[in-house]
Amino acid sequence: MSLLKASSLVLSFGGVQAIKDVSFEVSEGEVFSIIGPNGAGKTSIFNAISRFYDLDSGRIEFQGRDITEAKDYTIAALGIARTFQNCELFEHESVLKNLMIASDVHRQSNVLRDMLFLPSVRRQELAAREHIEEIIDLLDLQAYRYEVIASLPFGVRKMVEIARGLCLRPQLILLDEPSSGLNPEETEDLVFWIEDINRELGMTVLMVEHDMRLVGEVSHRVMAMNEGEVLTTGSFDEVRSHPTVLEAYLGGEHG
Amino acid sequence: MDGAQFLQVLIVGLSQGCVYGLIALGFVLIYKATEVVNFAQGDLMMIGMFVAFTFLNVLGMPYWLGLVCTCASMALIGALLERALIRPMIGEPTFAVLMLTVGLGFILRSFASSVWGADPKAIHNPFSGEVLTFGDVSLGFENIAVMVGTAMLCIALGLYFRYARIGVSMQAASQNQLAAVLVGISVNRITSLAWALSAGIAGFAGVMLAPVSLIDPQVGFIGIKAFAAAIIGGLGSLPGALIAGIAIGVIEQFAQIALPTGLATASPYLVMLIMLIVRPSGLFASVQRKKV
Amino acid sequence: MRFLFRTSHRIDLALFQHSGHLLWYGLLAALLLAAPLVLDPFYLGELAQVFIYAIAGVGLMLLVGYTGMVSLGHAAFLAIGAYAHARFMTWGVPFLPSLLCAALFTGFVSMLVGLPVLRMTGVYLAIATLALAEIVEQVLTHWTSVTGGFRGMRVPDAEIFGMVLDAPRPFFYVCLAVLVASMFAALNILRSPTGRALVAVRDSETSAVSMGISLVRTKTLAFTLSGMFTGLAGALFAHRIGHLAPDAFTLITSIQLLLMVVVGGLGSMHGVIFGAIFIGLLPQGIALARDVLPQGVANLPGIEPAVFGAILIAFLILEPDGIYGRWLKIRRYFEEFPLYRKDTFKRQQRFLTTERLQ
Repeated sequence: MSLLKASSLVLSFGGVQAIKDVSFEVSEGEVFSIIGPNGAGKTSIFNAISRFYDLDSGRIEFQGRDITEAKDYTIAALGIARTFQNCELFEHESVLKNLMIASDVHRQSNVLRDMLFLPSVRRQELAAREHIEEIIDLLDLQAYRYEVIASLPFGVRKMVEIARGLCLRPQLILLDEPSSGLNPEETEDLVFWIEDINRELGMTVLMVEHDMRLVGEVSHRVMAMNEGEVLTTGSFDEVRSHPTVLEAYLGGEHG
Repeated sequence: MDGAQFLQVLIVGLSQGCVYGLIALGFVLIYKATEVVNFAQGDLMMIGMFVAFTFLNVLGMPYWLGLVCTCASMALIGALLERALIRPMIGEPTFAVLMLTVGLGFILRSFASSVWGADPKAIHNPFSGEVLTFGDVSLGFENIAVMVGTAMLCIALGLYFRYARIGVSMQAASQNQLAAVLVGISVNRITSLAWALSAGIAGFAGVMLAPVSLIDPQVGFIGIKAFAAAIIGGLGSLPGALIAGIAIGVIEQFAQIALPTGLATASPYLVMLIMLIVRPSGLFASVQRKKV
Repeated sequence: MRFLFRTSHRIDLALFQHSGHLLWYGLLAALLLAAPLVLDPFYLGELAQVFIYAIAGVGLMLLVGYTGMVSLGHAAFLAIGAYAHARFMTWGVPFLPSLLCAALFTGFVSMLVGLPVLRMTGVYLAIATLALAEIVEQVLTHWTSVTGGFRGMRVPDAEIFGMVLDAPRPFFYVCLAVLVASMFAALNILRSPTGRALVAVRDSETSAVSMGISLVRTKTLAFTLSGMFTGLAGALFAHRIGHLAPDAFTLITSIQLLLMVVVGGLGSMHGVIFGAIFIGLLPQGIALARDVLPQGVANLPGIEPAVFGAILIAFLILEPDGIYGRWLKIRRYFEEFPLYRKDTFKRQQRFLTTERLQ
């Protein structure tokens, strides 16, 4: 069953068409990767799903529900989490607080109750913390709980950002170039994390990625894009050997 | 209101607006080049007035020489202030620098009242008191002088930015300091230049305003109206700031005739707020969401 | 050096994380409660003033330090609180309900003015709040039937639990109680979802949105809360000055309030207290300094604002973390002595990248 369905997305900035008629479907439980050279419109698709950009035309459905016109801040509660290319964390706060902010999405908070810190608030805080600790354990972040983000190395920040996405308890997580800025060992680890997220937590993963090894190892299906258009969609091997993809993207490098 | 009176109010408004426009221009210049919000811009103009007073009345210089000397010494003061206070803050959050210029405003006001005294002063200029009469319309010559002066300065500035590479460098430095450094633009030099230029403009504005207003340490508070103008113009636009400044001046003059006092005094701010509600990022600029 | 050994998640929720905290805050509370027994009424008044500043500081800190929105017009909310309270009192509302109503009313007004203003960010917001303050000042001056105009209005004497409030001692206790209550409320907000939404918006709006936080709702909330606390401070301030006039709430007052949160240390509630003590005592300090300085310098007009400005600049350049930040460093020095390394808190060279797109 398809979890996310994008049909005929068109998006342009001024006169430039960033996405031209892109359609794809992500099925529940799979790892779906989007590849393509810089400027192919991959991140624009993410931004359209997150509702940061308004589409010119087209339709995005999540769990059979039209989210093309949804408000940007409602996307998280619907069950879509995302990470960013260059890490957008809450810099001046601890890892724990970053994760707590994410897990608040499912809480009905109320200023008055919060101001008095009623027992119900305390109970919810502790319950949220239990859940966060599971994520911390899963991604091995125990050592960094109380560290402020600004003091952490980039690789750890990337992991914290993924952890933060998981704390939203989404059905679908969008990873925007998870391996960019990581060293080879960290990228190696990433393969396992993504598999864990997919299998253990049962989340569907939609990923934009440049590292072909990572894409090859984790993806069930791959979509190749160039200049705002879909070149082909299929298994990694199919896409890799597709003539237009070779020409547009892989070129001599893998040829 | 008959036509003659209308024209008179319009001219006074335009000349007052030119001063707002000039302050707003200096404000936007610094903002564009360095993304620093200089809340002391009005106070720089106030210092400019006192400097002009010193040159013209105390040292007895001829008017035109006094004008040039004022602009030059203000530019120097601007560069020195930048060197002493703004340079250490490069890379700090905008808010911190904003607060710093607020503090600078306090110091400048105290400085002026310590050096020149708190009682209002006036300077002589060649146009004082002269009146142009067309039929039943009589216009103060100093008001016309302000407009002509502003127009000349704007043409000069326009040419400078059009034909000097420095304008482009300023843009670059304001958007990404690190990248600017990497492509060989000296951010320090740009910042100094922006401050010198904008303090010079403030000095010019001071000399222009002096004949139509008294000089006292509190006069810099009209800067707040100029900020409103800069905002209406959309912070990134030099012509926008000038036009909005002039508009504010005119609106204020007409409001004083047509509306009760309180409302008239508040009119520039009300205009700004309404403007911002309609177009949150000003008339001439477009601010978008940060790119991710 | 103390090592906090956490044995339960509850510890992270506690306001006092270890017995040391309890001890010191307990001691402080005892000292403050006993102060009226020993201190001269003049100093009690000064202390009450510090408390009032701190209450307003709680409001402003929520906005500036935690939500990252700068207000250059907070004197307006102080004024609205003060005038509203005085009005309610002249209508015969008893002190405590009037205090509460004044706070709620100010919160309501700030929400209303916040709605249009909050669509802006950064500089736009700062100047818009400045303009708002100017407009409020004009309203205070010209809406004579309600505010008394230029000549202002007298604040009625208040009674609480049968005591005359305007005597120094009861007033001191009332201010202290309100401050403690405000502090608890603010700290509770900060350790719950509402407070986390505020810091999320401060640190990254993009991320906050993708975490399901509505920017408009959160900013409006921050503005409303901030207005409420500041209005509460304004109501007490009305009793402190006894007679309300527009010139008590000028741009200088707004700047003074901002100075308090910056000098105290942005982003911490300790900073509020340090900042309030600082600006509360500064005029006294300047008066003392005048006696010491040579005649020529001491008699210069307007030396006070200059000192204000100079201190503000010195803090921004030398210690952006404020007094509380400096205090943390000093404490660390003693805790780690003699192992303290000078560059533990060394600042990195930073470069500014614009958030605007052109």
